[in-house]
Amino acid sequence: MKKYTYLVLGFLGFAALLTSCGNGNQGKGSSGALNSSNAEKVYVAPGEHDEFYAFMSGGYSGNLTVYGLPSGRMFKEIPVFSQFPTSGYGYSEETKPMLNTSHGFVPWDDSHHPDISQTNGELDGRWIFINGNNTPRIARISLTTFETEEIIEVPNSAGNHSSSFVTENSEYVVAGTRFSVPIPQRDMPINEYKGNFQGALSFISVEPEHGQMDIKFQIIMPGFNYDLSHPGRGKSHGWFFFTTYNTEEASTLQEVNSSQNDKDFIAAINWKKVEEFVNNGGGTKMPANYAHNVYDESTHTATSTMKKEVLTVNPLDVPGAVFFLPTPKSPHGCDVDPSGEYIIGNGKLSADLTIHSFDNMIAAIEGKKFDGEAYGIPILKFEDVLAGTVKSGGLGPLHTEFDGKGNAYTTFFISSEVVKWKLGTWEVIDRKPTYYSVGHLMIPGGNSRKPFGKYVVALNKITKDRYLPVGPEMEHSAQIYDISGEKMELLYDFPTHGEPHYAAGIPAELLAPKSKKFYKLSENKHPYATLGANDAKVVREGKDVHIYMSTIRSHFTPDNIEGVKVGDKVYFHITNQEQDFDVPHGFAVIGANTSELLVMPGQTKTIIWEPKQVGVWPFYCTDFCSALHQEMQGYVRVSPASSNIEISWSLGD
Amino acid sequence: MKIIFKSSAVLFSVLMMSCGGKEEKKKEGFSVDRAKTTTEQPAPAPEATSTRASETVDLANKGVGPITSITLAADIDQEMAKKGEEIYGQMCLACHRVGKKFIGPAPNGVLGRRSPEWVMNMILNPEVMVKEDPLAKALLAEFNGAPMANQSLTEEQARAVLEYFRTL
Repeated sequence: MKKYTYLVLGFLGFAALLTSCGNGNQGKGSSGALNSSNAEKVYVAPGEHDEFYAFMSGGYSGNLTVYGLPSGRMFKEIPVFSQFPTSGYGYSEETKPMLNTSHGFVPWDDSHHPDISQTNGELDGRWIFINGNNTPRIARISLTTFETEEIIEVPNSAGNHSSSFVTENSEYVVAGTRFSVPIPQRDMPINEYKGNFQGALSFISVEPEHGQMDIKFQIIMPGFNYDLSHPGRGKSHGWFFFTTYNTEEASTLQEVNSSQNDKDFIAAINWKKVEEFVNNGGGTKMPANYAHNVYDESTHTATSTMKKEVLTVNPLDVPGAVFFLPTPKSPHGCDVDPSGEYIIGNGKLSADLTIHSFDNMIAAIEGKKFDGEAYGIPILKFEDVLAGTVKSGGLGPLHTEFDGKGNAYTTFFISSEVVKWKLGTWEVIDRKPTYYSVGHLMIPGGNSRKPFGKYVVALNKITKDRYLPVGPEMEHSAQIYDISGEKMELLYDFPTHGEPHYAAGIPAELLAPKSKKFYKLSENKHPYATLGANDAKVVREGKDVHIYMSTIRSHFTPDNIEGVKVGDKVYFHITNQEQDFDVPHGFAVIGANTSELLVMPGQTKTIIWEPKQVGVWPFYCTDFCSALHQEMQGYVRVSPASSNIEISWSLGD
Repeated sequence: MKIIFKSSAVLFSVLMMSCGGKEEKKKEGFSVDRAKTTTEQPAPAPEATSTRASETVDLANKGVGPITSITLAADIDQEMAKKGEEIYGQMCLACHRVGKKFIGPAPNGVLGRRSPEWVMNMILNPEVMVKEDPLAKALLAEFNGAPMANQSLTEEQARAVLEYFRTL
C-alpha cells in the first residue's frame, strides 16, 4: 500500500489528470462550465426511454441487474444463481431445480461476466450468458422474457472465472477454471499441487435455435490459474485466448508466490482444431457428475438432470491447437479488438499494456519460433508475437474495451482511471479518473466486431464518499463517460447492486420491441395449472393437499378452504389468469417457511406450506393489483391432525 | 363514524363476554356499516332513470373501441358459440357467472340491454370504455370499482364469446 502511494505520488508530477481529481478527492473537480450540458446528456425525461440496456453482473448477489444508459436507472434484478424471495425464484417448486448441483441445492453464487449472444461477431440480443464463479456454473438468460432459462454445472472446474464468453456465432460459451484442482478430484496432499493439479477449459456448445447448452469438450491444461478470456473474431475467429497467472503453480501464499515469474502466459486455443479432433472421435470420455437444469417456458417449470460423463481433451493430442504467448506480470484482462488482430493482456502488476498480434502469432507458429515449452505446450517467443506496448503511466491495468473507431479504453485499478489509447500507434489520447479503483469497464458491444462507442461505464470497486453514507456496507459505484468526442467526459455517477464485475450493453432498439408482455394462458402446459375458474379445486392425496387456485383482479378462486390438517403438506398452485401487460398477482400465506410467489399473467407457480398450528390462517395478494387489492385475500382452516373434516373449497358462497 | 364503529365493537364484545362463554348466535356482524354502500354509491349514469346501470337498456350505444358495426345472422352459429364458451371459461368466468351477479354482471340477457358492438368493445377495450363510455363508467361504480380486466382477446375470440352470449 505504501509502495502504491509512493507511485501515485510520482505520477502527480507528470499526469495532469491528478491535479484536479486525485485519489480520495471528492469528485467536485469534475464540475465546471460543461456541467449543465452533461446533465442533459444523462437526462431521460419522464416517460422517455433510455438508449441502451446495460446488464450488470450482480457479483456476490449471484444475480444480474438491468439498467438503462445513459440514465443509470435500474429496471430489474434477474435472479440467476441466488434464491430471490421477491419472485419466489429458487423457493417455488418450479424453480428449485434451477439451483440443483452435484453438491446438492446451492442457493447462491458469485456471478461475474455477462456476455450477449452474437451472430457474425455482432450482438444479436437473443440470450445473455453469465458465470457462477463459486460452484462452477454457466447460466443462459432469455432476452425476451428476461428470465433464467438454463444453468449447466461445469465439472473439473473451480472458481469458474475465465467465463462466460461467447464465440462469434455463439457456437460456444466458454468457461475456464481459475483454480486448478486434481482432475479427477481425489484425496491428495495440497503441497503436491505442482505437476499434479490441472486446469479445465470447457467449451459449451449452444444449440443455434433454442440455445440449449451442452459441454462439447474440456481441454485439460497445466495447473495454472486461467483468469479471463475472450474469443478471436474476424480473422482470428476459431481461436480463444485465456490469460493465466500462477504459472509458478504455487499452492500457498499466492499473493507472493504467484508473482515470481516475470512473465505468465496467454493461452491461445485453436478451438476449431479441437472441435474437428473430437468430431473425428478424439478425446477421452471421463466419468463426471454435473447438473443440467432447464426451465421450460410452456410448463413454467424447471427440470434438473445429472450428467455422468464429460469429454476431455489432452492438448498434446491435438498438435497445433494450443500455444502459450508470454505476457508480463500476471495478466488479468484478455481482450480482443474488433478486427481480431490485437490480443491485449493487461499485466496487473505492470504499468504497461502488452498487445500481441494475431498475424505475428500465426507467423511465429508457422516459423516454429518457440521459446521452450510448458508441459509439452509450445511457448512462442515474446518478441515475435508482440505488436506493441502502451506505456500509459497508469498502474494496475485490468480490462480493455473498444469503441469501433480505432480506440481502446483500459481501466487502471491502482491509479483509478480509464485511459484511452490508439490501436496501432499505442499512443495515449486521454485519461480520466474514476471513483474509485475501477475493475471492468463496458462499452455496449465493446467486445464484439461492432461496438456502439458512445458511452463507457466504469465499474468501480470502492465507493467511499461518492454518495450519502449508509454505514460500513455500500453498493458499488459506476461512472458513465461520454466517449463520442476526442476526450472522455465524465457525465454521471450511479450506484449498482451487489458487486458488478463485468457488464454487457446493447442498443435498446435490439431488445425492447421483442420483450415479452405476458404469457399466454392458452400456451400454459403446467400440470397443475388452473386455466379456467371452473378448474379451481382442492385435492387431497394422503398428506399432500394440492390447491389449484386462480387469480384475477381482485380475488382468489377459491378463497375459503377447509379440511387441511396439521402435518399436511399444502401445495398452492397459483395460476394468474390475467392476460394483460404488467398485472402480476402475488401470493403469501402466514407462516410459510419459503417466500412469496409473484405470478406473471398466464403463469403458474407453486409454493409449499406446511401448517404447524390449528387455526384459520389468511393468505393474500402481495402485489397492489387494483383498487380492490386490499380485498384480495382468503382463509385456510387448519384442523387438528386427528380431525375428520373433509376437504372443501368455495368462493363467494 | 370510526369512533361509533369502535365503540359499538367494544360494546358488542362486552355483550359477548356477559354471555358467560355461550356463543352468541342471534346477531352476526353489524348493521352500522350497511349504510356505507348506499351513501358512498355514486349516482347512476346521467340520463338514466333510477334503474341501475346493469339494468339500463341502451341498444343504440356502440361503445368506444375497434368495433363499429356488427351484423348478427338470424341463426346462431353453434360452432362459433361453442368456441366462445371455451374462451369464456378460460378468460371470463373468474368474474362473470351465468345467471348470477358476481364480480361483474351476468352475461345472460346482455344482448337485450346492449348492442353487440358495445359488448365486444367492452371485452376488447375495457380501459378506455370505463373512462369514456357513460354506461361502462356507471357499471364500474355499481360493481364496487372492480375493473374489467383486458384479457387480450383477439377480435375473432371476442366475436365468438358474443355468439356464445346469444345462446344464453
